[in-house]
This record gives sequence, structure tokens and C-alpha cells, in this order.
Amino acid sequence: MELIFEKSVSGRCGVRVPLSDVPKAPPLSEALRRQEPVRLPEVSELDLVRHYTNLSRRNFSVDTNFYPLGSCTMKYNSKVNEDVAALFAGCHPVLALLPGGESLVQGPLSLVHGLERQLAEITGMDEVTTQPLAGAHGEMTGIMVIAAYHKARGDNKRKYVIVPDSSHGTNPASAAMAGYEIVTVPTAPYGDMDLDLYRKAMNEEVAAVMLTCPNTLGLFNPHIAEICAIAHEAGALTYYDGANLNAILGKVRPGDVGFDVIHVNLHKTFSTPHGGGGPGSGPIGVRGDLVRYLPTPRVVRREDGSFAVEDHPEGIGRVSDFFGNFGIMARAYAYITMLGREGLIEVSEHAVLNANYMMARLKEEYELPFDQTCMHECVFSASRQVEHGVHAIDVAKYLVDRGFHPPTVYFPLNVKEAIMIEPTETESRQTMDAFIEVMLEAARLARENPERLQEAPVTTPVGRLDETRAARAQQVCCE
Amino acid sequence: MAKFFTKEHEWVEMAGGQATVGISEHAAHELGDITYVELPKIGRSVKQFDTLAGIESVKAASDIYAPISGKVVEVNQALDEAPELVNQGAEAQGWICKLEGVDEGELASLMDAETYGTYLRGL
Repeated sequence: MELIFEKSVSGRCGVRVPLSDVPKAPPLSEALRRQEPVRLPEVSELDLVRHYTNLSRRNFSVDTNFYPLGSCTMKYNSKVNEDVAALFAGCHPVLALLPGGESLVQGPLSLVHGLERQLAEITGMDEVTTQPLAGAHGEMTGIMVIAAYHKARGDNKRKYVIVPDSSHGTNPASAAMAGYEIVTVPTAPYGDMDLDLYRKAMNEEVAAVMLTCPNTLGLFNPHIAEICAIAHEAGALTYYDGANLNAILGKVRPGDVGFDVIHVNLHKTFSTPHGGGGPGSGPIGVRGDLVRYLPTPRVVRREDGSFAVEDHPEGIGRVSDFFGNFGIMARAYAYITMLGREGLIEVSEHAVLNANYMMARLKEEYELPFDQTCMHECVFSASRQVEHGVHAIDVAKYLVDRGFHPPTVYFPLNVKEAIMIEPTETESRQTMDAFIEVMLEAARLARENPERLQEAPVTTPVGRLDETRAARAQQVCCE
Repeated sequence: MAKFFTKEHEWVEMAGGQATVGISEHAAHELGDITYVELPKIGRSVKQFDTLAGIESVKAASDIYAPISGKVVEVNQALDEAPELVNQGAEAQGWICKLEGVDEGELASLMDAETYGTYLRGL
């Protein structure tokens, strides 16, 4: 496909600017003027419309196809959420921060406050901030709150954060960015963090332990209460990576189990756009003593029922402009409010049921390294296919040919040739069956005609890309 | 002198008081096509099993841990331009760096080639 610049024809124009009927402004000083005309494509309106319409038709999204990308919760985003977000399109977020401006934005402020209360209720936390702009941003904010807590107590010897090897890759990165050293605890054969090694790693120099639960193998860790107790005994805090919250809505509240900090991904669990369609939002919730360290300012409810914006002197300061990605928060608020308590419980039940259905039907053909009831996702290995020279990447590319987004492959790292499938609750049995048929067909082809998989995809605008060359011989151009 | 291996798949080989360090053939194979090696700074001192360098492939990014304590005196600069050298010979031309001032006693906590081979079969 040609670039819009390649379609450019000198002198062609999409609009005709009317002649000016007002006096000319004085010319700009030479220092402010461009030395060369800016290089813009010269196309007609029709050229432009065709270009972008055709480009958009090459887009792959949840709105066009099944997208079982494990760990990402690519559920359908209801269009009514967009209608709710659009209600606020004319409202500038700076209004809430101007003197007297609060009275003009009581609606948006009540939404921020309301969403925080909903998330606090869902996660079992005392208070929530919606400022973090993505999951990893939430993690870093959470770790900074933990650091502020230890510092305020004069407890300056804590320099480690414990992270199991099955955690999300962003966990160790976030803790390291906040200045901690990482201690990794391996996974035991039962699929969760090795408890004995964890006990040995825990001491009075540990600031926190970060746990993803269910973990990236889609397994619920039955020892989370014990893990929290061990941490608390050593004076460390506990962080719950809520990226996989879709599995436990209304079933378990991390705050009740003993977790001190949690982040949730609105763009995963709470049905806001995701994967190029973002932006994201990663609110964090905290318990008890940690509330005072949450980012400022905070939206509070006055006794008369009105809402105000208040500074928190002990808070860690701002982590984003205004109150976070407000449009995303409006979508999540609509989603949670529409579903209500019963609806959210059903979300998790169906998400878990769908993943177990996938697991049960695919395990005949694909190796299942941890063969137990899974939560919202399941992790296979292409190890049986490797015997025929077919790797996880080949199965993934074949799925592209057959109109499905591939599952996550080569993650988690503790499973070789990993294929990680998360169907989410929004897919029907028919859609899942169609996917399962293609996966079984791929397994058959691996035995009978491995070349078909190795050469996939063949139906796409471009074939198999040379990822190695793309990474090694980078040509990055910034004009 | 012979190579010694870590559980994290690094190797170290002593010669003339210097320790040459790299990742094992097994590790290179598991990582797939290597796209980038983050070499350590010359002059940096590391303790055994501390993070020494980083390596990226089309599949994953990993830390490389120091198999032995010491001070970095030389790095394999060729890897900047040709990270594929690690795939071509992880235990030869794809070495990562050389360390000096090492305590050879630490080699006792590592595996020799035969023990490492047995360890790999058990994975």
C-alpha cells in the first residue's frame, strides 16, 4: 500500500481557503518564520478518505475478530460506554482546579469519586486514586506509596522488593524504577511461587512483595493469605497486581486477604479500549495507613453531598495531569454501573468457564504443563509440535491466516514455547468452537504438512516478517 | 582451563588470571535469534551472581549474571555490530566480557561441563 506522501501530486488540494476579507496581520519576525515550506502530502479529499478508509480496513480489532491474547483481557468494549464518555467531551479538566471552578464540574467530580468508591468496594481497599495512566504506571505509583510509608516510619533499611518469576514483567521494572533491588523467587512445580524459597527471601530489608494473582499461568495462588502474613510479620507490605482481576470479580477481594496495595487495569477488566485504542488507566487502591500517601490532589465528598478537590500534604504528589485519563474512567464507570454486583460476578464466572472450556478441548493436542483448573486464561506449550519442526510462532501465524488474533506466545517465560489463551467472557461458544477447530487443524497440519505452518501467514498484505532483521538492522528515521 | 557453568546458564573460563564470561550454547538456543547485547561498562566491579549484562532476542530480554566476582576489563565490542555472534558460537566468539581480580575459589560453587550437561537434561 502506498504512503499518503507517495500519493501526493504537486498543487493538488483538498480545500480552497476563501480570500481574506480582514486586514492582513503584521508579518511575523524572520526568526519565527520557517526557512523551508513544511512537507505535507498534497491530495484531494477523496484521495485522503480512500487512503485512511483502506488503511482502517487493514486494522485488526476486537470489533472485527476474536482476540484471545492471554494476559491482555481483550474483551468487547460496549459502544454505550462511548456514549457516556462523549457526554463529558465539552468539559475541560482544568475547571476543577480553578478557584470556584469545582461548582461547575460537580458531575465529573462525582464520577471520579464514584468510580473510586466502586473500585474500593470491588478490591476491598479503603481508598483509590485514579491518577495512574496505565497498569505499569499504577505499579510504580503503588511502590512509591509503599516507599513513602516506610520512609515516614524512619524505616530506611528496606531496599528489596520480592517478585515471583511468574509475575508480569512490568512488576520488577516498576520496583526497580522506584529505586528498589529485585529478588526473584522461582515457581514451584505446583505452578505458584515457591513458598519455602519465599520464606527464606523475606527479611527486614524487604519493602514489599508483588504478586500477580491469578498468576500468568492463569492459576489462582491458594497461599496468598499466608504470603501476606509472612510479609507483614517482617514489616514488609504486599502488592497485588490486579491485571488479572477479571478472574475474581465479586469472588475474592484482595484487601480482605491482606493485600495493602492493588492496581487495576480499567482497559482490561473494566472494558475500556485497549491495544492501540487506549489510552490506558491503572488506578491503585490502598489500605489503612497508606491512604495518606496517595497522590494529590484527591476528590472528596463534603458533608452536604457536594464534591471538592483537596490537597493531601503527605501524598506523594501528582503522578498525572488532572485526575488521570478521565474519558477512560467515564467508560469504566458506565460499565461497572450497568453491570452492577450480579453482573460483575457473572463476568468472572463466564471468563473462567470460557478459559476452562478452551483448556479442556485443546489439551488433547497441545501440551498443558500445569494441568489443573485454570482461572481466566490457560497456558499451553507447543512442545509436541516442536517435534515436527513447528513452533509456537508458526501456530500463531497460521491463526492470522484463519482470521484470529494469535494468543500470547513465548510468555510466560517459565513455559517453553508458551501459548497463552484468554478468551474473556464476551465470546460465545460458537466463536470459541471456531477458534478451537483451527487450533486442532494447526496441530494436525504440524504432523502432516508442517511447511504450511512455517510459511504462514499467506493471506495477509505482507507475509512472514523477518523479526530478527527488523530488530538487528534498525533504520529509525526522525525528520 | 575448562569452563564452569551457572544454573542461570552463564559460563566462565579462566586464562592467565583473567575470567572470560559468556552465556551457554543452551541459553543462546533457548533465546533464539539474539538482537542486542547490553555490554557492561569497563571498570565496573561485580559480585558473583549480580546482574552483569543484558541480552535481548526476538523472544525475550534477560539479564546475564556474573558467574564470578571481579572487575570488567574488556568487553566483546564486536557484539554491538553483530549480536548474532552469540548464536554462532555462544561459548567461543560470542563471549561477553573479561573480568580480572577474581577469586577462583568461587568456581567451586559452579558446575563443570559434565555436571551442567546433567543439569540441562533434568530441566
